[in-house]
Amino acid sequence: MIATTIYLIVYSIAVLMMVSLGLAVIFGMMKVINLAHGEFMMLGGYACVFCVRVGVPLWLAYLAAAAAVGIFGVIVERVLIRHLYGRIVDTLLATWGLSLFLVGLVTTLFGPQAWSIPTQFGNVSFGGMNFSSYNFVLIGISFAMIGVTWAIAHVTTAGLIVRGTMQDAVVASALGVNRDLTYMATFGYGAALAGLAGAVLVPITGASPSVGLFFVGKAFINVIVGGHLPLLGTLLASSLFGTIDGFVSYVWSSVLGEVSVLIVAVILLRLLPLGITGRLRSGL
Amino acid sequence: MTPEFSANAAVPPRPWWWLFVILFAACLIGAPYFADEAFQLDISIIFVFSLLALSMGFLWGYAGILSFGQTIFFGLGGYSYAILALNFGTTNLPLLGAIVIPALFAALLGYFMIYGRISDIYLSVITLVVTLIFEKSIRSTSGPEYVIGTVRLNGQNGIPGVPALTLPWSDEPVSILGVFYLSGGAMLATYVGLRLLLLTRFGRLLVGIRENEKRMELMGYDTRLYKLGAFALAGAIAAVSGILYALWGNFVAPEMFNLNQAAQVVIWVIVGGRSTLIGPVAGAALVQYLSNWLGTVGVGQVTLVLGLILMIFVQLFSRGLLPTIGGVFERLSQRRRSNGPAT
Repeated sequence: MIATTIYLIVYSIAVLMMVSLGLAVIFGMMKVINLAHGEFMMLGGYACVFCVRVGVPLWLAYLAAAAAVGIFGVIVERVLIRHLYGRIVDTLLATWGLSLFLVGLVTTLFGPQAWSIPTQFGNVSFGGMNFSSYNFVLIGISFAMIGVTWAIAHVTTAGLIVRGTMQDAVVASALGVNRDLTYMATFGYGAALAGLAGAVLVPITGASPSVGLFFVGKAFINVIVGGHLPLLGTLLASSLFGTIDGFVSYVWSSVLGEVSVLIVAVILLRLLPLGITGRLRSGL
Repeated sequence: MTPEFSANAAVPPRPWWWLFVILFAACLIGAPYFADEAFQLDISIIFVFSLLALSMGFLWGYAGILSFGQTIFFGLGGYSYAILALNFGTTNLPLLGAIVIPALFAALLGYFMIYGRISDIYLSVITLVVTLIFEKSIRSTSGPEYVIGTVRLNGQNGIPGVPALTLPWSDEPVSILGVFYLSGGAMLATYVGLRLLLLTRFGRLLVGIRENEKRMELMGYDTRLYKLGAFALAGAIAAVSGILYALWGNFVAPEMFNLNQAAQVVIWVIVGGRSTLIGPVAGAALVQYLSNWLGTVGVGQVTLVLGLILMIFVQLFSRGLLPTIGGVFERLSQRRRSNGPAT
């Protein structure tokens, strides 16, 4: 019983972390909520399904999906977002337009039904219940995504540049950092994370034009409450909301879980309008 | 810019504006002589959507609050009316309740967001998430255990058979023509009412807050209270729109809350022009007409086109059609003036 509850909570924290990390990276850098985030995940899901159907092994399909959506993100940044820097509301609206456009496009191309892939993962049972062992793979990948992002930011030079630009874009560009390039790369990386999340979730959800809607609500809340530090914010907010969501979903229903997450978030924002990490000046 | 096309509408309307209003009212009254019932239905829904667009346009253009989720109050208004009317059997009290409940909910939600002083885009995204979660919650109520009074919520099938409104001074429920008059009248009255409201102290304070909130606070105004008032008022307007929608179609469904509906409201306002009151009305009519036309032409995915429209307008005409056109006229007339007597 206790093991089951803990498992469910860890699982919902992991899912939440996975679906909001890409959004948080883009938000942390540009202070923009990418409203097409769900559709980026959806594209990752489709990319993964196509790869698996032509015989690519699943783990490679994940990477391919991440790369494909990452490249797509770079294109979006070049074509759509670049002209709107400094106009946060317009960026929000443009990404919303992109979201509608992508849903319409994918529905036209692939139809409204869900495309699924078979998974060859077995079940494990404990606490008197059966769980798909794929869920443990998912938890592992989710924490790996956080770890890898942390490592990139702290070990590589590119990460240093990104952290510097996040802290103060003006000073960074005065020191010779190409801000345009940094924004483009960060947007691409955030999109790749979204694509990867979509791909990893596809064996559970299937790929359909509206699959993004399952997760975006919670991801948006998570990032807003997390505040401006993408990694720490995501980690703390996911832990909080994952616990609430996992517990309420287990005891009552998943919709009530989402409702309670929203209520807690709205009350929390009354107290901490800048999010959990809003008061912290620097970090990640 | 002429005051009617600009956001600084603290100028009393000109005579030709009143003429326009009277002309519109006359067209409305005369409509049944040249429009059949199918046409009345088509126009009614445009009025309903214009009203919804007005609620968002007012909030965004004049109070500087960008709510992406006016569909929360639209849906809540429709659902409240349906549930109350089916439970009570009368319609007067439910009509009132269906305006008050969403307005109170707007005040509650607005209290947390506005008094918490969360940033503008946080407010946009929170309202968006609230409408998304409303839709999901209603969709999950298909089981027989979800009953309010005697009315089953029916999940994604919505509630059919919403009773027609019986006005306090008449015995018969309103017909298609009645709904046409109601929605047209509500739209016109709201438009005129908001235009006049902006002349009052409250309206001027709102515009001041939009221009520079900090300065207004330093002058001693509690800006949060005024913003909350505007938010609740816009919620009530959206609720009226939702009630009229329920009356128009005789049913309510979770689609009233969904993200496509919310996106449409934003597109109406963007296309028409956020800095005017007539802009959202025109935008709603134009985009609604366009989507109907696209539907009949056989473009499968209307959302695809709407998404493109949104992206293009944000990039190229972010002020919207009417202000852009107004700006062109303005420049022309200025040129004429400077070329005139001076040379």
